[in-house]
Amino acid sequence: MVAGLRLPFHDPLAIAGIAIYVFFIIVAIFAPQIATHHPTEILFTDDFQLAGDLRPGAGEFLMGTTTLGRDVFSQLVWGSRSALLIGLTAAFVVALIGSIIGVVAGYFGGWVDTILMRLADVAFGIPFLPFVIVLAAFLEPSIWNVVFAMALILWRDTGRVIRSQTLTLRNRAYVEAARISGSSDLKIILRHVVPNILPLSFLYGSIAIGWAILTEASISFLGFGDPNSISWGYMLQDAYASQALSKRAYYWFVPPGVCIILIVSAGFFISRGYEKILFPKLDR
Amino acid sequence: MKAITAIGSRVLQTVFVLWAVVTILFLLFRLMPGNPMAAYIDPNFTPEQQDALMARFGLDRPLWEQYFVYLGNLLKGDLGESFFYRTPVAERVLALLPNTLILTFSSLIVAYIFGVLAGAYLAWTRGSRVEQVAVPLVLTTRAMPEFWLGMLLLAFFSFTLGWFPAGGTRSPGAEFESYWALYTSRDFLVHLTLPVLTLAIYSQGLPLLLMRSNMLDVMKEDFVTMARIKGLSPFSVVIRHAARNALLPVMTSFAIAVGYQIQGNVVVETVFSWPGLGRELVRAVSASDYPLAQGAFLMIAVVVILMNLLADLLYALLDPRVTRE
Repeated sequence: MVAGLRLPFHDPLAIAGIAIYVFFIIVAIFAPQIATHHPTEILFTDDFQLAGDLRPGAGEFLMGTTTLGRDVFSQLVWGSRSALLIGLTAAFVVALIGSIIGVVAGYFGGWVDTILMRLADVAFGIPFLPFVIVLAAFLEPSIWNVVFAMALILWRDTGRVIRSQTLTLRNRAYVEAARISGSSDLKIILRHVVPNILPLSFLYGSIAIGWAILTEASISFLGFGDPNSISWGYMLQDAYASQALSKRAYYWFVPPGVCIILIVSAGFFISRGYEKILFPKLDR
Repeated sequence: MKAITAIGSRVLQTVFVLWAVVTILFLLFRLMPGNPMAAYIDPNFTPEQQDALMARFGLDRPLWEQYFVYLGNLLKGDLGESFFYRTPVAERVLALLPNTLILTFSSLIVAYIFGVLAGAYLAWTRGSRVEQVAVPLVLTTRAMPEFWLGMLLLAFFSFTLGWFPAGGTRSPGAEFESYWALYTSRDFLVHLTLPVLTLAIYSQGLPLLLMRSNMLDVMKEDFVTMARIKGLSPFSVVIRHAARNALLPVMTSFAIAVGYQIQGNVVVETVFSWPGLGRELVRAVSASDYPLAQGAFLMIAVVVILMNLLADLLYALLDPRVTRE
């Protein structure tokens, strides 16, 4: 019954995904200890020159420095904090809103269902990234804009899937029995519906983590991010704007991308683990 | 008859969604903080001049009246005037649309040809070493930030090897008699290669995984077993029987993919300075050119909504069970 609360430990890929998460969580918690410098401090070499565009291994800089003389390694370490923060909150919010809307629409049906599903249609008609750009431009720059935009739009996928799952549950014999024996709707939902849709919520939640991190990276890259928080997207924007490409400063823009790929694909790997719990017959 | 009703209600739903998105867009751009004319009004204007401008754009009227003016103008194809270019937004947006569509369709065609072939191959070689490496690898390409992939390709093929130009649609100084001459020129294709490659690498995962899982489903079905029993070669079974049936859902996903791709184009167009709708949207938002931003957004939304409709209609057409129910 509580299959959804279990982590998918039976699947090698899912285990790899969980391991990647554990690694980044540890890095994020101990960022101040791991980082060798302050991520935004402008650094100077021993002979009082700006330590700008230094290659990796030059002096004390493990992964080199940015054009403005900031330590790439330290930015990378601190970036894990905003990535996890945005990813996990957005995933939680999206899965929660999507599940509530899906369960309410599927369980009550009728006009409630009609209204909620027409809302989902509208959400599917809004181009997501352009919407985040416009929203981020109008609101104060903050990492929470991405979470807010995701909460407004991306519940649509989760909502639809959970609705159809709830529809099949609603007519099961034990739900019928509970209703006849006088259980309230709330009680039926909490006891019989929610436990059964939880694995689906987790599945969509683990995909949403990746979406959130990718979206934050895109928004920061386009210059609509929070200038005061160091994220991997910010690092990439800084590198692009500082001509790191023509300087062939691979040490600067490759690591943030690799970190994003690692953490986003970890979410995908875990979601495949949940798929195997949900649809054991598939087993692919 | 039922099919026609189903299609009719789906088309009505599309009209409703279009209206809703247009309304949300109106509210989004009108209710934002600050004077929408701030970027347009010169600080040297007298208050009378400012009022005249507000009146010209209808901004002195109540919100509901503005809304109906806006809807009426939209129906006439009038998207307002760009603050920055001082030209009609519709003109500018329509001029940029081909660039975005060319980028989107060429990258998706490349992605789908590769994805379908590779997906069929992976289903055929199920359980092999290749498959065990390939599936996580494909998932990884879905996890890449598209713009980062673009940056990598740009740094390597353009700045390190010097094989491709760093951005734009044509070399500086290159003139063409017509759009057709531009789009068919070698110069344009050279500029198109890296952005298309970037988007194609990102997009191939969807058709690949879909094709693979459909193939696995189809290969379990009776008619495939039958073909096997008849003694047909494995290749013939896979290509002539399984692949053909697995292909249909992949084809309907193409329309959905166009809708998704056109949103993702925003970042890739920016990386490659590709003059399309996405890059224009970013520039217009940064410059507070609201009419232009609104127009570009609307154009992208229309493509997304129409592609959703097309996908549903194709799906109904190819799988009669959907409409017959």
